[in-house]
Amino acid sequence: MATVDIAAAGTADSAPAAPPRRRGSGLITSATWLIGVFFFFPVAWMVITAFKHEADATTDPPRLIFEPTLEQFRNLFDAGAGPYFLNSLMATGVSTLLVLALAVPAAYALAIRPVKRTQDVLFFFISTKMLPVVAVIVPIYVIAGRVNMLDNVWTLIVLYTAMNLPIAVWMMRSFLQEIPREVLEASEMDGATLRQTLTQVLLPMVAPGLAATALICVIFSWNEFFFAVNLTASTAATVPLFLVGFMTSEGLFWAQMAAAATLASLPVVLAGWAAQKQLVRGLSMGAIK
Amino acid sequence: MSTDVAISPATAAPPGRPPTDATAAARRERWKRRAPLLPALIFAIIATQIPFLVTVWYSLNSWNLVRPGSERFVGLSNYADVFADRVFREAALNTIVITGGCVVVSMIFGIALAVLLDRQFFGRSVVRTMIITPFLIMPVASALLWKTTMFDPLFGLVNFALSPFGVETFDWTSSAPVFSIVTALVWQWTPFMTLLVLAGLQSQGKDVLEAGQVDGAGPVRMFRSITLPHLRRYIELGVLLGAIYVVNTFDQIYIMTQGGPGTASANLPFYIYQRAFLGFDVGQAAAMGVVVVIGTIVVATLALRLLFRTFAEEN
Repeated sequence: MATVDIAAAGTADSAPAAPPRRRGSGLITSATWLIGVFFFFPVAWMVITAFKHEADATTDPPRLIFEPTLEQFRNLFDAGAGPYFLNSLMATGVSTLLVLALAVPAAYALAIRPVKRTQDVLFFFISTKMLPVVAVIVPIYVIAGRVNMLDNVWTLIVLYTAMNLPIAVWMMRSFLQEIPREVLEASEMDGATLRQTLTQVLLPMVAPGLAATALICVIFSWNEFFFAVNLTASTAATVPLFLVGFMTSEGLFWAQMAAAATLASLPVVLAGWAAQKQLVRGLSMGAIK
Repeated sequence: MSTDVAISPATAAPPGRPPTDATAAARRERWKRRAPLLPALIFAIIATQIPFLVTVWYSLNSWNLVRPGSERFVGLSNYADVFADRVFREAALNTIVITGGCVVVSMIFGIALAVLLDRQFFGRSVVRTMIITPFLIMPVASALLWKTTMFDPLFGLVNFALSPFGVETFDWTSSAPVFSIVTALVWQWTPFMTLLVLAGLQSQGKDVLEAGQVDGAGPVRMFRSITLPHLRRYIELGVLLGAIYVVNTFDQIYIMTQGGPGTASANLPFYIYQRAFLGFDVGQAAAMGVVVVIGTIVVATLALRLLFRTFAEEN
C-alpha cells in the first residue's frame, strides 16, 4: 500500500507544473471532438442509411447494426438518375467555364490597370449578387417561355453564369492584386501583347486563385435549386429535382433517398474537402485571406 | 472663375490645332483598358438589370398568366394590395425571424467552434473537415434528411434521442415549422461562420496575446478585451454576408414545410414563388419582388461598405 501511495504521489508531484493545464486541454480536445462528431452526425447517418435495405431504414428504435447493401445505389440508376446528373454536370461545367472566361479579363481591368471608376464597377457587380432572385424570376420565366427556352439546360447555364459572375470578379481581382507590378511591367517592356501577358505571365501565377474561384462557382451552381425548379421540367431537370421526387414518397423509401442524397452531395463535398483553405477566401468574396 | 480660364489652356490641347495624335492615343488607351471589362459588364447588365426593370413594369400591371390577354396597366394598385395583404406581412416577419435566428445562432456557434479549432490538438484537421461538411451538402438533400431521418415523428432520430424526456411522437415540421427550418439552416450555416471567424483568429498578432499574458490577463479577459475587438470585422462580415444569402432561403422551406401549415412558415421568397407559380399572379408577385429588393438594399448597403473597408485595410 505504502509503495503504491508513494508512487502515486511521485507521479502527481513530478508533473504539477504542466498537468492542470494539460488535463484541461485534454478535456477541451475531447469536447471539440465530441462536438465535431455531433455536428457531422446527420451526414454520417445519411451515408449509413444509404447502405441499408428499406426495412432497416425505418425502424423504431433506429438500427445501427444491419446487413449493408449496395442495392440502393444500383436502384438509383434504374430509377433514371443518369440524365439528372448529366444535366447538372453540363449546367455546372459550362457555366463555370463561362464565368471564368468573363471574370478573368474583367478582374484584370479592375486590378492590374484600373479603369476609371473602378469602385463603382465593383459596387455594381456585387450589388447584382445582392438582388434577391425572386425579384427577377417572373420576367425570366415569361421571357424564357416566349423564346422557347423553358426546360432548356442553356437557360440554366446563362443564369448560373450571371449568378456567379460577381463573386468570380471579386475573387479574381483579389488574387490578381497580389501579383507584383514589376512582373507585369517587365512583360510589357518585352513587348508582350495583352493576350500574351494574360495567358503566359498572369495565368500561371494565379492558377491557385483560378481553381478556388472555379470551386466556389461549382458549389453554388451544382447545389442551385430555385431556378431549376421553376424553369425546368423533364428534359433539363438537374440533380436537386431528382431528390425532390422523394418528397411525395417520403416514409417509404428512406434508404433510396439517402443514397440519392449521398450521391448528389458527393462531388461538392469532395471538392470542398480538398480545397478547405480556398473556401474561406471564396466565401468572403476574396476579402479574407 | 479666373483660375478656370488660367488652367484650361495648359491642360487642354493647344488651340488652333485639330485633335492631336496624343488625345487619340489617350482615347485608344482608355478603350484598351476598358475592353477586357466590357463583356462581363454587358453580360451582367443584360442578365440582371433588364429582368429587374421588367419586374418593375410587371408590378404596375394586373396580369394573370392563366388568363391570356388579362394584362392591363393599373399603376400602383398592386403595391397597395401587397401592403394590405396579411400573409405578405406574416411572410415578411417570418423572413426576419428565420434570417435573424439563423444568422445570430450560427454566428454564436461559429465563434465557439472557431475558438475550439484555433488550438493545436490531435486530429484537428479531421474535426475541422467534419465541421465544414454540412455547408457542402446539397441544401435540398440536407432539407430532405432533416425532414425525414431527423424530424420524422415516428422514425426520426430527434424524437428517439428525446424519448427519455417523454417526447414520443412530436411532429416537428408541422408543430414547430419555423424552429425546424431554422435548425436545418443553422446546421448548414454554422460552418460558414466558423471558417470566417477562424480566419480572423488566425490573423491575430501573436505578440499582442503574449503581451496580454505577460501582463497577467486571464483567458476570459484576454478573449473579451483583445480577441473580440479584433474579430469584430470578421463577425460583421459573416453576419452581413450570411444574411444576404439566408434572406433568399427557399430550398429548406420548399422541402420541409411547403410554407405550411397554411402559411405559417412561408418567407417572402417562398410566398412570392407561390403567388407567381401556383397563383400565376404576375403583377402581385412582381410588386412583392420590388418591395423585397428595396428592403434588401438597406442590408446590402451596409454589407458593401464593410466589404470595401475590409479590402482597404487588407491592401
